[in-house]
Amino acid sequence: MRYILRRVGFFIVTLWAAMTVNFFLPRLMPGDPAIAMMARFHGRLSGQALQAMEAAFGVNTKASLLDQYVTYLGNSLTGNFGRSLTFFPEQVSTVVFGALPWTLCLVGVTTVIAFLLGTLIGMMGAWGRGGWFDSILPPVFIVLSAFPYFWIAMVAILVFSVTLGWLPLGFGYTNGSTAAFNWHFLGDVLKHAILPGITIVITSIGGWILTMRNNMIMTMAEDYVRMARAKGLSPARIMFDYAGRNAILPNLSGFGMSLGFVVSGAILVEYVFSYPGVGYMMLQAVLNEDYPLMQTLFLFITVAVLVAVLVVDGVTVLLDPRTRTGS
Amino acid sequence: MSVRVRLQPLRRLGGAILSSRKALAGACLLGLCVIMALVPGLIAPGDPNAEIYQPGLGPSWANLLGTTSYGQDIFAQFVWGARSSLVLAVVAGLISTILSALIGVTAGYLGGIADGFLSLMTDVFLVIPAFPLVVVIAAYSKNGGNAIIIAVLVITGWSFGARQLRAQVLSLRHREFLVAARLRGERSWRIVVSEILPNMTSLLVANFLGASVYAILTAAGLQFIGLGDINTDSWGTMLYWAQNNEALQAGSPLWAIAPGLGIATLGGAFALLNYAFDEISNPVLRPVRRKRVRSGS
Repeated sequence: MRYILRRVGFFIVTLWAAMTVNFFLPRLMPGDPAIAMMARFHGRLSGQALQAMEAAFGVNTKASLLDQYVTYLGNSLTGNFGRSLTFFPEQVSTVVFGALPWTLCLVGVTTVIAFLLGTLIGMMGAWGRGGWFDSILPPVFIVLSAFPYFWIAMVAILVFSVTLGWLPLGFGYTNGSTAAFNWHFLGDVLKHAILPGITIVITSIGGWILTMRNNMIMTMAEDYVRMARAKGLSPARIMFDYAGRNAILPNLSGFGMSLGFVVSGAILVEYVFSYPGVGYMMLQAVLNEDYPLMQTLFLFITVAVLVAVLVVDGVTVLLDPRTRTGS
Repeated sequence: MSVRVRLQPLRRLGGAILSSRKALAGACLLGLCVIMALVPGLIAPGDPNAEIYQPGLGPSWANLLGTTSYGQDIFAQFVWGARSSLVLAVVAGLISTILSALIGVTAGYLGGIADGFLSLMTDVFLVIPAFPLVVVIAAYSKNGGNAIIIAVLVITGWSFGARQLRAQVLSLRHREFLVAARLRGERSWRIVVSEILPNMTSLLVANFLGASVYAILTAAGLQFIGLGDINTDSWGTMLYWAQNNEALQAGSPLWAIAPGLGIATLGGAFALLNYAFDEISNPVLRPVRRKRVRSGS
């Protein structure tokens, strides 16, 4: 219980840190993107929206920095992020909520696949250490993880879209088709998600293999694994139930955290594929100097990762008794 | 005496590179990049940005990798791009490692409230998704050039190393030689500099390599989306121009493939070295030797 409370406290501190970064960055930077942007906004905004913008960027207000800060935090917590410049009359929050599901699905599914595959490969690599499996797959994927995500995505487009024509060039669904929950549309969405998904899996799997393989090698030297061997249990049972089960625990706590890295990679992949998720939106916001949208997306991505970390912490408590006793 | 003590870990690292095939492959790849970065003029003479060829040519003897849509030689751009990418990686990796060591070692060595605060800070930076933060910072500091990019890479890249180094210090803290040094009445900073740091050489090297891979990939990503200085010669910038001119679809795919392979080579070299150093700093992970097989485990 104390452990969970500590993690919730950490969640709050991190969220606060992210919001503070958002608040102070535009004020710290030389030059003033805020004023330039406010100039573009003037005359198109009124009342509440303008005030939210002013609070976010600290222009046109006579309020002290502290007052601005408090107003900004209040606005962020109540979901008042102002309006987007790129998609003008729209509220920033509307735009963000439109993009979030695309990324959550893409990154969520690919992360789980990469985690499971990587853990399995790492486990089997450590088990048959020095064999052909272990000397080929782990090094290959570890080198692959040093490749730029977006470049793998570009090569995938070149091969599978431009040359072979098997899969669509980009975007989340065929242009002009209406979004609806029927098989036709879902199939279309799936088809568009294959290439971005596979590129993310390929480039993020290496980290899982490496850490799982290392953990597994450590646990295989433990006495209880020798004991299991001495008892004559089947190798599969020892591998999964004895060594693997314990080797996976440190990986699990890394799982939530790594989501941040996967999201980072996904931003560029989304950009290459024009996939309508938060990453693509974020870069659109940057190109259009739409700072409110950019800041809000950063905050939402951070929240998404933090929630994932919190969930994983909860799961860890269920699986690892040591965290419950707090040692 | 003290010089010999300090040289020993380095010699061990040198020997380890020669003894591991992965490390050797990594060192060779890195060597290729270093040669390109040091003497690009010897390999590809002339101005890499000169628009003197017919645009969009395929590979030929005159233009080994063809030409860009602007009529520049892709091979020349590739060779000249190595320097900026390598320098970014090494400088950002080095500064990150120093910052990691400073914060991680301080936290681990001091303990108490200082440790609590520094560890919390480390964890916060570890969890905040780095690339979105990188994008936000870079977007606000437009046209900052390489100095800003390095700063951004360091701000977002130090935390992982700091955590690892802190853990290592914690495990060293109660070893006899440190207790002995403390009983001798050595000052804290002396203990850290002459007793703790030399014992973490391999971890520091691994850290530097990891931070460099991060720097290579992140810098390339930033330059690719146009948030770097788009006028520098670097592999990330090449990718930016290639993507902007739809090189893949427009029939000069090598414009995008070459710099990507360059980044991958550099990143792969650091990753391979890291993989090998992991086995050095953690003896349990070393490839199985004959001795272990004979003992029947």
